[in-house]
Amino acid sequence: MGFCLMEGNEAIAWGAVASGCRFFAGYPITPATTIFNTMLKLLPPVGGVCLQGEDEIASIGYCLGASMGGMKVMTATSGPGISLYSEHISFAIGSEIPIVIVDVQRLGPSTGSATRGADGDIQFLRWGNSAGLPVIVLAPADAGDCYSLTIHAFNLAEEFRCPVFIASNKEIAVTRENVDLDALERPKIIERPMPPEGNPFIPFETPSGISAPYFLPIGGDVIVRQTSSTHGADGYITTDSDEIARFQERLGNKLISAVKRFSFYEFYPEEGADTLVLTYGITARAARDVHREKKLSGKPVSLLILKTLWPVPETLIREKAEPVKRVVVAEMNIGQYVREIQRVLPNKTVDFLGRMDGRLISPQQIIETIDHV
Amino acid sequence: MYSLLNADRPPVFCPGCSHDRITRALDRALLDAGLKGEQIVIVSDIGCSGLFDTFFNTHAFHGLHGRALTYATGLKMAQPELNVIVTMGDGGLGIGGAHVLSACRRNLDVTLLVLNNFNFGMTGGQFSATTPWTSRVGSGFLNQLERPLDVCRVAASAGAAYVRRCSSYAKNLSKEIENAIRFQGFSILDIWGICPGRYTKRNRLTPQIIEESLAQMPAVDAPIPENQREEYGRHYRKLAAELRPVPLPKKIEAQFEPPERQRRGVMILGSAGQRIITAGEILCLTGLFAGLQTTQKNEYNITVLRGPSITEVILSPDKIGYTGIHRPDVILALSQEGVARRTAVFETLDNTALVIQAPEVTVPSCKAKIHTADFKSQKIKSADWALAALAVLAKMNRVIHTRMLTAALNFKFKNKILESSLELVERVNRAEQAPK
Ligand code: SF4
Repeated sequence: MGFCLMEGNEAIAWGAVASGCRFFAGYPITPATTIFNTMLKLLPPVGGVCLQGEDEIASIGYCLGASMGGMKVMTATSGPGISLYSEHISFAIGSEIPIVIVDVQRLGPSTGSATRGADGDIQFLRWGNSAGLPVIVLAPADAGDCYSLTIHAFNLAEEFRCPVFIASNKEIAVTRENVDLDALERPKIIERPMPPEGNPFIPFETPSGISAPYFLPIGGDVIVRQTSSTHGADGYITTDSDEIARFQERLGNKLISAVKRFSFYEFYPEEGADTLVLTYGITARAARDVHREKKLSGKPVSLLILKTLWPVPETLIREKAEPVKRVVVAEMNIGQYVREIQRVLPNKTVDFLGRMDGRLISPQQIIETIDHV
Repeated sequence: MYSLLNADRPPVFCPGCSHDRITRALDRALLDAGLKGEQIVIVSDIGCSGLFDTFFNTHAFHGLHGRALTYATGLKMAQPELNVIVTMGDGGLGIGGAHVLSACRRNLDVTLLVLNNFNFGMTGGQFSATTPWTSRVGSGFLNQLERPLDVCRVAASAGAAYVRRCSSYAKNLSKEIENAIRFQGFSILDIWGICPGRYTKRNRLTPQIIEESLAQMPAVDAPIPENQREEYGRHYRKLAAELRPVPLPKKIEAQFEPPERQRRGVMILGSAGQRIITAGEILCLTGLFAGLQTTQKNEYNITVLRGPSITEVILSPDKIGYTGIHRPDVILALSQEGVARRTAVFETLDNTALVIQAPEVTVPSCKAKIHTADFKSQKIKSADWALAALAVLAKMNRVIHTRMLTAALNFKFKNKILESSLELVERVNRAEQAPK
């Protein structure tokens, strides 16, 4: 066994390359810039493309073009950039363009604090599109997760033809740590589903039993249409309200109905514990310390670390919270994901610990919240 | 006659709209250029020009207002053989101005057809970036306050390799379009036209007036000699081919037993320019050589050369959870402003803690053991204090030892820098040994 040193951002870049990502475009922004820097080192020598956009809108626009050209694509930014991405995020959702979007969250609102962390974009990522359609958001807790979840993110983007977010945080992204590359989870790589041969290609036709339309690249031998307008299966504007309703319903259902397959988490159950600590992202690390300490002190708590935040893995949450009376939700904001937990667990006591001042939630704070009855 | 026009979806423009002429001229141009539908993508913007992709049996990409050039760029980089043609109105030109400028600067082989009819047709004839200030438009008096943009002069000065203006009514319109498509690099064709649906309801504009106005415009005649250069995509691939693939970061196997096999938190408090972050990384590497796990959390101002710089390193035999340090075991106090950022932490120190203090840095009174390093008389400059302080720590056999540190330096540095850093460690070792 041996370790190497890596930042979360570098681990995301390596994960992307391992997933077959060959196109990256981004605009410099702290604390996401080192993803761009790393992709610029990794991609061009292996025949890939890494571009610096003239702004964030262009960066994600390049990615959408390249994705329709058949490449696996990624972009990375922080809160201010995600705001500018919004219109293109809606496009990628509605027109089913695979893309991985990394949000290295920093303290907001607005330009906020460039070099301080937060998990302040968690609801924004979910609702930052103009139709309110569901998205996939994965949340790493450390550099190892950054690597593995990036591969999952590409697999999901390709399979479901949708944007997949990685909700990172300055505190993971630019924190360096030891990583055992050989021990990391390396999911099998999934490619975009191509249509079976024989039938004429209809760009948005979705035979029952598959999640998203088959994909052929723009620029191949078969003519492909892509459009941001409300479209029918043929990729032309439609005004047929039945067809529109079916389309919206499919976009909603394709992710929500499948979330059980990609509900990533860590769970540390403790016999007899009446409290479950539920958290995600960087705060999960303090929570792991708390779990160990409480166990040693003889007053154990269970711990659930969510790595899939959206769609909300409701079944998982209900199942893991079933034995406890009380759930303590800790997150680096003033109360975002806790709303989902309250919604999913209406019969449990849900206590909340939030912090949004640029500093990490400490194990001590979590213990105080647990012990404060 | 063979045509790329989609027989099932004929153009639907208002009667007399010059977009209709451009549609047919584009079809002609594509055929004359010898292109088949699958060799072309029409990337259309928003507005009436945004309908273009639907009339052709070619690949099609219709996206958001003003952003057509961004998709075109991604498509062309992904599919270098594809002929990428963008149709955009004067509206898209305005809202997507930054993309137009960078397309000009970049010279990727994309053709931009500006369907310039001096107003926003689809939304009610509001003024655009090209509306004359004398026109009567759907934006009240506002256009009287702004000057119209000559996209050709802007494009030429932004570095576009091929720039031309023409009328939708030009007899050789299809030839104009074909020339722009054939050009190997970014080409922009500013096609002036008439929007009877909106603009000419309140403004007089005829093919004749367009012709006369064009004649009065400053000449731009593509290709622009001073802007000729290699096409971006080809140039990109040429430069990329010279680069060597980067190997995965090297693994470090444990080689030493550390002086202390416990979780240890080290804070280095310094200033920009003192290579604090690099010292933190070296400390992490030092830990890896003793089989320890490690995290490094940094704090610095966004101004690179000024302000405090702080790094917090944890070394631990176990997996590290929380990356903050509540009570450090060691503080390397290397600048006053660095210490000022963490004043409160000194109160947490107990008598097992160690503070290594650089010359002229004072720390708040605390229970820790204070060791003042005499870097000044050793003639060590401030930029090297962080590494020198690590050498002191190693010499004291606290958290790390000198063999661990030397291994980390050998791993991290090469040649001159390696030599000088090893020499520095050696010098500190000698000085720390000498009786005070
Ligand atoms: S509104 Fe103007 S630009 Fe649009 S189709 Fe009618 S005439 Fe043409």
